[in-house]
Amino acid sequence: MTLARLAPPLTIGILILPLVFGLVGTVLPAFGYLPALGGTTVTTTHFAELFAMPAIWRSAWLSLFVGLATTAISLGIVMLFVAGWSQTRVFQRVQHLLSPLLAIPHAAAAFGLAFLIAPSGYLIRLAAPVFGIDRPPDLLIINDPLGLTMMAGLIVKEIPFLFLVTLAALPQLPHRPTMQLTSAMGYGRVAGFAYALAPRVYRQIRFAVYAVIAYATSVVDVAIILGPNLPPTLPVRLLRWMNDPDLSVRFLASAGAVLQLSVTIAALALWWLLERFVAAVVTAACDGGLRFRRDRIVRILSLTATAIAGLLVFAGVALLALWSVSAFWQFPDLWPQALSLSTWQSALPRILDPLATTLLAGLASTLIALLLTIGCLEREIETGKTGGSRALLAIYMPLMVPQIAFVFGLQVLFVASGTDQRFAALVFVHLIFVLPYVFLSLSDPWRALDRRYDRVAAGLGRSRLVTLVSIRLPMLARAIATAAAVGFAVSVGQYLPTVLIGEGRLTTITTEAVALASGGNRRIIGVYAFLQTLLPFLAFAIASLVPALLFRGRRSMRV
Amino acid sequence: MTQPERAGLSLRDIAIRLDGRLLIALDAHVAPGETLTVMGPSGSGKSTLLAYIGGFLDPIFDAQGQVLVDGVDLTALPADARHAGILFQDPLLFPHMSVASNIAFALPPDVKGRANRRAIAEKALAEVDLAGFGPRDPDTLSGGQKARVALQRVLLSRPRLLLLDEPFAKLDMSLRAQTRRLVFDQARAAKLPVILVTHDAADAEAAGGAVFEMNGAP
Amino acid sequence: MGLKRILLAAAVGLSLSSSLHAADIDPKNWDAVLEDARGQTVYFNAWGGSENINAYLEWVSGEVNARFDIDVVHVKLDDTANAVARVVAERTAGRNEGGSVDLIWINGENFVAMKEQDLLFSPGWAQDLPNWQYVDFESQPSILTDFTVPTEGLQSPWGGAKLVFFYDDARTDAADLPQDAEGLLAWAKEHPGRFSYPAPPDFIGSSFLKQVLSELIDDREKLQQPVDPETFEADVAPLFAYLDELHSVAWRSAAAFPQNYPDMKQKLADGELDIIFAFNPAEASAAIAAGELPDTVRSFTFPEGTLGNTHFVAVPYNSSAAAGALVVADFLISPEAQLRKQDPAYWGDPTVLAMAKLSDADRAAFDALDLGVATLAPDELGPIIDEPHASWMERIEDEWRRRYIAGN
Repeated sequence: MTLARLAPPLTIGILILPLVFGLVGTVLPAFGYLPALGGTTVTTTHFAELFAMPAIWRSAWLSLFVGLATTAISLGIVMLFVAGWSQTRVFQRVQHLLSPLLAIPHAAAAFGLAFLIAPSGYLIRLAAPVFGIDRPPDLLIINDPLGLTMMAGLIVKEIPFLFLVTLAALPQLPHRPTMQLTSAMGYGRVAGFAYALAPRVYRQIRFAVYAVIAYATSVVDVAIILGPNLPPTLPVRLLRWMNDPDLSVRFLASAGAVLQLSVTIAALALWWLLERFVAAVVTAACDGGLRFRRDRIVRILSLTATAIAGLLVFAGVALLALWSVSAFWQFPDLWPQALSLSTWQSALPRILDPLATTLLAGLASTLIALLLTIGCLEREIETGKTGGSRALLAIYMPLMVPQIAFVFGLQVLFVASGTDQRFAALVFVHLIFVLPYVFLSLSDPWRALDRRYDRVAAGLGRSRLVTLVSIRLPMLARAIATAAAVGFAVSVGQYLPTVLIGEGRLTTITTEAVALASGGNRRIIGVYAFLQTLLPFLAFAIASLVPALLFRGRRSMRV
Repeated sequence: MTQPERAGLSLRDIAIRLDGRLLIALDAHVAPGETLTVMGPSGSGKSTLLAYIGGFLDPIFDAQGQVLVDGVDLTALPADARHAGILFQDPLLFPHMSVASNIAFALPPDVKGRANRRAIAEKALAEVDLAGFGPRDPDTLSGGQKARVALQRVLLSRPRLLLLDEPFAKLDMSLRAQTRRLVFDQARAAKLPVILVTHDAADAEAAGGAVFEMNGAP
Repeated sequence: MGLKRILLAAAVGLSLSSSLHAADIDPKNWDAVLEDARGQTVYFNAWGGSENINAYLEWVSGEVNARFDIDVVHVKLDDTANAVARVVAERTAGRNEGGSVDLIWINGENFVAMKEQDLLFSPGWAQDLPNWQYVDFESQPSILTDFTVPTEGLQSPWGGAKLVFFYDDARTDAADLPQDAEGLLAWAKEHPGRFSYPAPPDFIGSSFLKQVLSELIDDREKLQQPVDPETFEADVAPLFAYLDELHSVAWRSAAAFPQNYPDMKQKLADGELDIIFAFNPAEASAAIAAGELPDTVRSFTFPEGTLGNTHFVAVPYNSSAAAGALVVADFLISPEAQLRKQDPAYWGDPTVLAMAKLSDADRAAFDALDLGVATLAPDELGPIIDEPHASWMERIEDEWRRRYIAGN
């Protein structure tokens, strides 16, 4: 099929070109080159100005610290949990608990967490009668200067992500026999996993880990909600400069974006050193024959941490949903004085437009991503070659470069192009982030489908296209639907690209939620966070229902 | 072509190499209704030969030689234009289709009319004692039943030749002889040249044709 | 390479295309404006953090559509500076027509910034609006002078604002309430951890700094002039001495600050803060009605005066629907729209209209409004302290950041 031939270059182009152009659009102004603003000479004064900003290094350092610590803790918990509990019933339960968490946007999870752990929040309310608390204590929990709460908010969302990525990698390894072998040799579960499987698992999930580092070092919304105030993390200050009415601050913002990029790169470099260090320690322990047979405490801790992360997010979102239907609700009451639909009634008419944009942009970007992904995978079958780890790197690239560092440059290009195709531009910029996730979730099942089915069909005289449409697509319907749901969820969750390209004329549930969050009204936040969560959930529900209905009489099409 | 047209399958100077190492070298002719059995231990490259004839050889192999059926050169044709029907050791019925749809899928496009195609499929099922199985979910069939559906499916696609990749290996002993007989009878009746790849001497015996022994790593 | 060429090409392409130029509209010929406005879509960029206000704008949209055949789309901002930035970005890209912002809710430093950079639809048009006849510019001087900068008709008034404080009568003894900034500090020392203010550049937080500065500076007249760099440090020394003392007894010891006013409101409801402040005297009543604050919340103000100002709507120079934007601006100062705006059931924002200029029926309607239990009557609001020149805000925000952003 000639169309499939076009798919790989198109895909690589969509993944890489906006990145390159966006970075150019950021880096040139950082060095003073932006003729439209009168910057025609290359200069480093904007960096001097940047470094003269009060506490700028502290902000940068915070971002670095939060990014690395978040990643290390999330990955550590996930690895220990998988090592300690895989192939147990507990493991399956937790898997069912964590999977839907992936769909909850970061901002919604952060709001929920904030209400749980604030000094006037739900946990203290639960404890209030016991300790006789009638006023919220004046404790600095949220917005703490070290960003610990912010890290917690990120960790509870990164655990499900890394966990599911790891789950996808496990079936490709001789998991059970290896664990049986190591335990027969007297190694504890965790040690056996660490010595025999972890290095291979890590190889497969490392790009996802790097994406977590990039995300956590450059996150904006969670940092605004939970992060330190004095000073804020670098991306928060950066966004403020990008929105400054004073033109000249754009140069400073660009220089800041370059600093942000450097922070992320530094975090990745430090992580690389950490990888070496951990590998050396594990190897040394392995060579020393250390068996760590009594790893019960580690196992229980990892289970507790994973379960708490999941419960915090669920409880937080559930409480937000309760806020959305509550009348006055005072500290230390555990339940609102009355329930009321007035928030929903007043919000619903204004939700329709953003909802339509959310749905259309999500469906369009997901559909394009699916077509491109299927084209690429079809091309793989034709040529018998996968892109290997270089292609994988390209796919992860938009996830490993901080959004704030290149989407800003893209916005300049979009405005400069003078085009009216705002919706198309929005779909395109969503596609940049939807495509990697769709590709990653569809490629494994696609490659795993028995190639002999294609050969049988070819032998029956059926063309590649007919085989694709009537054999492969239906047989992979479930995987395709799941990939589509993942892509849709990613699109729904996009904040920064939507704000920058939509320019307020195209708003989605997520941009409305964050704009309303600035009003701090928990009821309204509840409404939007609930919708933000509901949409991806619906997508996943449809993804599992539709194939089940389509093939309800076919036993082997069930999971 | 200087050589005269011959009915049946001609394999001319086939040579398949991997990284310069010769895996298979074969020059043979299989008359219509006859079977060439290729025997050898696993890993000797038997299936690679079928892949080459069928047109889906992995590009990492370096292959030469011509494949002709009734004088028509298939070598340059894509897999779906070769009409090389293939049976694997698994029946590989399409799990999302009914049994009848599996068979109807194989019918060439010149067989017109939905009802007509259905009827032909049902008739083909009846021929192998599966009358009335059309609407069934393939997954509810026994191993032997699946094998028969797979056979009818490939035959109805009007193949030019038949490629058998250890098609009986996974069947029970009792079923195996029966299925084997059915396959070869049908192939003979349809006057199809057959290539059978196996490591079971009983298969070769039942096929009754020439045997080409591969000796593992050449 | 490419960037410069793209920017250039865009600029050339746009200057070649000709459409109805914003400058072609003459507000003095109102019938022509109405005619041009018909069928236009007006993108109204306004802060979207309050559901009351969003609902009010929804109503405006419906009315304007029915009467003038204009579509109003509320672009919800979390910060007005974003809309200003967008206009800036468009001029950067050479998009001098067909801009994405048609009407913008604005005042103070954002207005000054846009005015100074010539980003506003000009010449002045506000006085030409038919409903200008009702506007109370005589007794509300901030309608003509926004943060000491003459408005020159470049923005049309929309509502008034005055700094007022809220407390919960059930928790806080009304007899102890502070009477001025010094009193507030003393109160905070007696009630540690129960007062704070949003960190600048949040405008409520910055307004608090200006209130304190206005009270403590040796000569208040200085604030009506641009900052004098020579004396700046000495001028603001009392302010920062005050803040240093306040921070040690503030909520979270000033290691964190509330995000903005709505965040303070939630914290008053949660019992984290005991005294909060807002720029809208009716805010507390509206919040009680919405179930966001307990009905025991009451207002107070400083007898010696608190900061007051006016907020406006303005039209960017490159608006793609300038005529429609003017019609909307005019509708916003109609007695009908202002009445609804002052009604705490909808918004509760003080009107910019003069009661004396209204018809008897309209005046009666305003008099009949129930402002709510927590709202001070207009004669209880106390004197207005004028907003300082915008340069003060900028400089004290910088100074605040320099001193406090690194934490302790």
